[in-house]
Amino acid sequence: METFIHQVVAGIATGGVYASLALALVMIYQSTHHINFAQGEIAMFATYMAWTLINAGVSYWLAFTCTILLAFALGVLIQRIIIRPVENAPVLNIVVVFIGLLVILNSIAGWVFTYTIKAFPSPFPKEPPFGLHFISSHELGSIGVTLVLLLMLYGFFKFTPLGLAMRAAAQNPDSSRLVGIRVGWMLALGWGLAAAIGSVAGMMIAPVVFLEPNMMSGILLYAFAAALVGGIDSPGGAVLGGFIVGILENILGAYVIGTELKLSVALVLIIVVLTIKPAGLFGKVIVSRV
Amino acid sequence: MSRTLLQVNDLHAGYGATEVLHGLTMNIEEGSITTLLGANGAGKTTTLRALSKMIKVRGQIQFDGQAIEGKSTEDIVRLGVAHVPDGRGTFGSLSTEENLQLGGYTRKDKHEAALDQEKMYSYFPRLKERRQQQAGTLSGGEQQMLAIARALMLRPRLLLLDEPSFGLAPLIVREIFDIMRTINEKDKVTILLVEQNAAMALDLAKYAYLLETGKLVLSGLSEDLKQDEAVRRSYLGH
Amino acid sequence: MSSNLPSHEKTIPWIWLVLGLLGACALPFFITNYHVFQVSMVLTYAIALVGLNILIGYSGQISLGHGAFLAIGAYTSAILMDKADMPYWITIPIAAAVCLVVGFLFGLPALRLEGHYLALATFALAVSLPQLLKFKHLEFLTGGVQGIVIMKPEAPWETLFGLKLNSDRWLYFFTLAVTVVMFMIGWNLIRGRVGRALIAIRDQPIAAASMGINTPLYKSLAFGVSAMFTGVAGALSAILVAFVAPDSFTVFLSITLMVGMVVGGVTSLPGALYGALFIQFIPNIADQISKAAPWAIYGVMLILFMYTMPTGIAGLLRLIGQKLRPTHP
Repeated sequence: METFIHQVVAGIATGGVYASLALALVMIYQSTHHINFAQGEIAMFATYMAWTLINAGVSYWLAFTCTILLAFALGVLIQRIIIRPVENAPVLNIVVVFIGLLVILNSIAGWVFTYTIKAFPSPFPKEPPFGLHFISSHELGSIGVTLVLLLMLYGFFKFTPLGLAMRAAAQNPDSSRLVGIRVGWMLALGWGLAAAIGSVAGMMIAPVVFLEPNMMSGILLYAFAAALVGGIDSPGGAVLGGFIVGILENILGAYVIGTELKLSVALVLIIVVLTIKPAGLFGKVIVSRV
Repeated sequence: MSRTLLQVNDLHAGYGATEVLHGLTMNIEEGSITTLLGANGAGKTTTLRALSKMIKVRGQIQFDGQAIEGKSTEDIVRLGVAHVPDGRGTFGSLSTEENLQLGGYTRKDKHEAALDQEKMYSYFPRLKERRQQQAGTLSGGEQQMLAIARALMLRPRLLLLDEPSFGLAPLIVREIFDIMRTINEKDKVTILLVEQNAAMALDLAKYAYLLETGKLVLSGLSEDLKQDEAVRRSYLGH
Repeated sequence: MSSNLPSHEKTIPWIWLVLGLLGACALPFFITNYHVFQVSMVLTYAIALVGLNILIGYSGQISLGHGAFLAIGAYTSAILMDKADMPYWITIPIAAAVCLVVGFLFGLPALRLEGHYLALATFALAVSLPQLLKFKHLEFLTGGVQGIVIMKPEAPWETLFGLKLNSDRWLYFFTLAVTVVMFMIGWNLIRGRVGRALIAIRDQPIAAASMGINTPLYKSLAFGVSAMFTGVAGALSAILVAFVAPDSFTVFLSITLMVGMVVGGVTSLPGALYGALFIQFIPNIADQISKAAPWAIYGVMLILFMYTMPTGIAGLLRLIGQKLRPTHP
């Protein structure tokens, strides 16, 4: 029974990471209707930046904060310089650009940091919290960090004028221009935020999966699955989807399928959800008149 | 001596390779209500879109003496031009109140903007009742009111209105036209009104322009256009 | 005016085709064996890209998972040759049939999805297939992580018209023949009823359905056919490389295919050839530019291609051709 609880709790912890990445994906999707295939690599790159800072002697939480800011800047730069020129190009061309970005980031990371697996520190103590058996301090801390992040984002979007403007720009760029919102900068901000979220996800998962250039591809797939399950245009759904995927992955992996086919599980999950409920659990079904 | 607020010279605009507006020249007097009339496809909506740079244009547009044909929509809005587009352009999944707040997004004077929001609710009490309701679920008339209120939150100097009467019941239309008269007289907002309902528009507006297939065919005081033989037959039905 | 028609409706420039084929036949006798192998690989990629083109270009759908069909075709061929002792040439049509069926079956549920959803479903297919190939319980068939090694087929004759024929050259001619056949099939499909139905579905799906075109069937068929082409390419590549392993078929392969198609030019048969050349040779060039981060160079070139040549190489050539040809009065 205890192992079961541990699996569920571990699932919630990794689920938080998937939820954050899924949220980043949904944010970019909502404002641009594009899926950012490079989201994982941006997160990986940011995590390496954190590692560099920590190795240079910077204290963990200071490095953590700096990384978030650096990732934000990186996201903004990428949108302004690389994505903007092809904003209105056909979908396929944009996908190719995202892939180019993915490959560039992956390759540069490998070149600068080498492909050797590195350990990434966790800011949380090694001993389990409060003597509990079914949860590690890192898992608890990870869940905490994720929740704080999600709450802050929710507050930002719901209660601040800038958050409102970003929501408006994502929904209806034309009308947003008509109230004076600089839609282009809203897009850049969205990318910055998504990159920042990704960096937090990366720093939380790196202690578990270890730091190497290819660490995010499986995780990105789970985040995709989460975003789809929750509904690709529903931030709340993406978050919930992340936790669901995290728990399912652990339970199925431990009791049903074994860890070797975990990615296939993600595949089957994606197909099943998309066949039964294409809009996801919380997405809106758009009925268009012909 | 009345000032020209908006000066348009030889304006060409269109969509992609198709030019819809073939050289429009127009003066909008400050403080007036001007209406732009014409049949479907004459280019009225295109004109408004051109003025707020939602489409590419060729020609000169001067707002309050400043050339704006090279500016972006957001910049033109910040100069004081509010455009209520055809289809209303409300943010459907946001609340009524959020729509109004967005109208005041560029306002630096936040306190005044909050007061203006209350003023909008006094102009449109129905909106106040529905302030937390999702804008997409409002009725057609209410959405039109919301669109106008949102535009007014800018405290615009020029208000561009695209077919506010479209698809609305006559009673509601009359309400909206009354509001337009009020904001023009009390708040001194200059209005450029595109309308299919020529009779009501000519009653409200001081000046009128008539477009046919992208070209200006008639312009002047509404009084005079009302008497014009061709206008009466084609647009007023008598 | 012929310049306004989609490229497949223009009259075939026979003279170029004949010259090209003659050149292709002469080629292997002038270059090293390794280069012959490389050109053979280019041909297999071209076949795969024709398949992908049928799906993406002509029926307007998307797949980030076609590497999976390369794998299925390759493994079918390898298993038949290794475990059932079948001659290599018979594995090609079998692999084609297998992929046609698998592709069609995958297409049936998957193609109810659109755009990015379909992209994700196929992406998931590509990411998860290597795990499946490494799966312990299937090792007896797939050879697990180590894969399967095949005996490279020998040339049936010592010489051809007095010119020396070795294994690489013979396989090249075999590949060339299959390529010509597949291109002809592709050409006929695109020009015929099927092609027109697909274009109708791509451009105006609702109108197409109301005209009586069985949209889901055609879309699944398109997927099956494109999978078939890719499967043939996979089978050929298995024979050429004489080896299959799960790690040769990662998601990067699927991505490479799609990239090749977009760079070569969507909705264009010659585009498949340009794209194949890009896929095979540009990584080598990138490698020469920077040993340390070749994929970064590759990525930069990809992005630059998209900025400068949004309609692909084929599109660019078409534009140049239009500019050079004087317009008829």
